[in-house]
Amino acid sequence: MKVLVAVKRVIDYNVKVRVKSDNSDVDLNNVKMALNPFCEIAIEEAVRLKEAGTAEEVIAVSIGPKVCQEQLRTSLALGADRAILVETDDELQPLSIAKLLKAVFDKEEPGLVILGKQSIDADNNQTGQMFAALAGLPQGTGASKVEIAGDKINVTREVDGGLQTVALKAPAVVTTDLRLNEPRYASLPNIMKAKKKQLDVLTPADLGVEVKQTFKTLKVEPPAERQGGIKVETVDELVDKLKNEAKVI
Amino acid sequence: MSILVVAEHDNSKLNQVTLHVIAAAKAIGGDVDVLVAGKDCGAVAEAAAKIDGVAKVRCADNDAYGHQLAENMALLISDLGKDYKYVVGAHSTSGKNIMPRAAALLDVAMISDIMSVESEDTFKRPIYAGNAIATVQSSDAIKVLTVRHTAFDAVAAEGGRAAVEAVDASHDAGISEFVNEELVKLDRPELSAARVVVSGGRGMGSGENFKLLDGIADKLGAAMGASRAAVDAGFVPNDMQVGQTGKIVAPELYIAIGISGAIQHLAGMKDSKVIVAINKDEDAPIFQVADYGLVADLFNAVPELEKKLDEVL
Ligand SMILES: Cc1cc2nc3c(=O)[nH]c(=O)nc-3n(C[C@H](O)[C@H](O)[C@H](O)COP(=O)(O)OP(=O)(O)OC[C@H]3O[C@@H](n4cnc5c(N)ncnc54)[C@H](O)[C@@H]3O)c2cc1C
Ligand SMILES: Nc1ncnc2c1ncn2[C@@H]1O[C@H](COP(=O)(O)O)[C@@H](O)[C@H]1O
Repeated sequence: MKVLVAVKRVIDYNVKVRVKSDNSDVDLNNVKMALNPFCEIAIEEAVRLKEAGTAEEVIAVSIGPKVCQEQLRTSLALGADRAILVETDDELQPLSIAKLLKAVFDKEEPGLVILGKQSIDADNNQTGQMFAALAGLPQGTGASKVEIAGDKINVTREVDGGLQTVALKAPAVVTTDLRLNEPRYASLPNIMKAKKKQLDVLTPADLGVEVKQTFKTLKVEPPAERQGGIKVETVDELVDKLKNEAKVI
Repeated sequence: MSILVVAEHDNSKLNQVTLHVIAAAKAIGGDVDVLVAGKDCGAVAEAAAKIDGVAKVRCADNDAYGHQLAENMALLISDLGKDYKYVVGAHSTSGKNIMPRAAALLDVAMISDIMSVESEDTFKRPIYAGNAIATVQSSDAIKVLTVRHTAFDAVAAEGGRAAVEAVDASHDAGISEFVNEELVKLDRPELSAARVVVSGGRGMGSGENFKLLDGIADKLGAAMGASRAAVDAGFVPNDMQVGQTGKIVAPELYIAIGISGAIQHLAGMKDSKVIVAINKDEDAPIFQVADYGLVADLFNAVPELEKKLDEVL
């Protein structure tokens, strides 16, 4: 079985973003970029399937500008066998990304497609579900466990009330949650090896997909600032404030 | 301008989050229909019909929808959704699972986690863990939205008298099956709806130590939450995670105990009315958002707080 993993280049999760003064966007100049943490978990899961002998090949795909090659190289260093960049400078919205992934899926015919549940920049939580819909595949979103049993894929999902397990007919789509695994770090030899692995570049036109935008961002603003509070010295003072000043107890 | 709201429920009870979603729908304006899809979910449809301001309840009662499988639900919603200008659900794990799939079948975008309605096509939503707020304008003929429930006050659960109309549909994609679920039994208020939330972090040290928080939570009628680190460490189950990638809460009072205040955690709770932090590190970032900060060892402060609450409440 081939496993296709969709990976996104995003701001490093440790960086606190600032909004540009013209309110057009956040400022990504000279900001550290990284593999989306949920995509790292997705790669790790695919690589573990390969190590367990369940998967034969792990293919990482990213959609975006040329610099996304960096995150594909990271994915290769983490154990993916080859990579595909669908290169475009156009603004990408989840539905277009899903359509491009569908085209890659049709070409590669993997038995499993793994995505992150959420990109930590746009916070959409949409792409995996949209792709699954377009490809007519079942989905297990927010996965904390994936078990492959023949052509059935059992996925345990983190849901608001606890955990839910669904059985999906392969090929299937899984989106990762935080507890699925703990990603490894790329070792130096593997980083070196990754430089020689195959990385193909395609365009949306090659895949016959038109990149469209059906919404636009009019403005990006900083959130309302919270008023700074005070430090209390004792538990007594805390309870007194809560009761008599804030009146919340 | 008609709006279809997808109700959230467990076949017997309507989830309160739907009342907030309907509030967002009313902020858009127009007739609001509510879809109740499930199995033996008649009681939910009846409850939905009583909600203030609902025009019509559409009840799809069929095996295919019994477990809210996204594959089946999305077929139903995209089918019915064609006749509406808006299809709206909660930004809950269920809404996140189903709504994007339905949007893709309708060949339209989805706008996630809206926190305000600016006009009939323009909405605000948080991005970058709430460190920026985007105003987005949609040009799709059908707008599919999920709603941040804490940003809209619930509509009244009573006062309406909508008709319940049966939807004769049985979309079974036949590609997925429900196996089982392990739902956490709550003897406390639900996290996303509670007036008070008491959350513990890695500083709690163990699952056993979380019991220290029971006394405070009992006295305050609070729900219990946690940081990712506490969930990852196995102290508490995943449904307790508050944050960017967990649950969003905005209670009257949020008490963070042994939580450092990483941006991902703040994203889930910084709209709380009053924030209290108890942490032994006076430089912990949580103090920057706390209205009342107490620098103390939680193992001393928590029992003391419990005792004090006993005296004053
Ligand atoms: C993709 C991604 C998504 C994430 N999503 C979330 C999310 O949704 N929610 C979330 O919470 N996090 C999330 N995180 C994790 C986040 O970055 C932090 O790692 C996490 O919130 C830290 O949890 P913590 O504050 O409990 O632990 P720590 O940061 O380890 O803080 C523990 C605190 O306890 C204090 N302490 C220790 N002992 C005591 C004591 N005896 N008395 C008093 N204080 C004590 C310490 O001073 C410290 O401040 C995410 C991270 C990533 C990469
Ligand atoms: N530009 C992209 N290229 C490749 N994968 C993507 C891209 N955008 C989103 N994804 C995948 O979709 C997941 C969810 O993203 P989102 O729907 O934006 O929250 C990510 O974790 C990725 O796995």
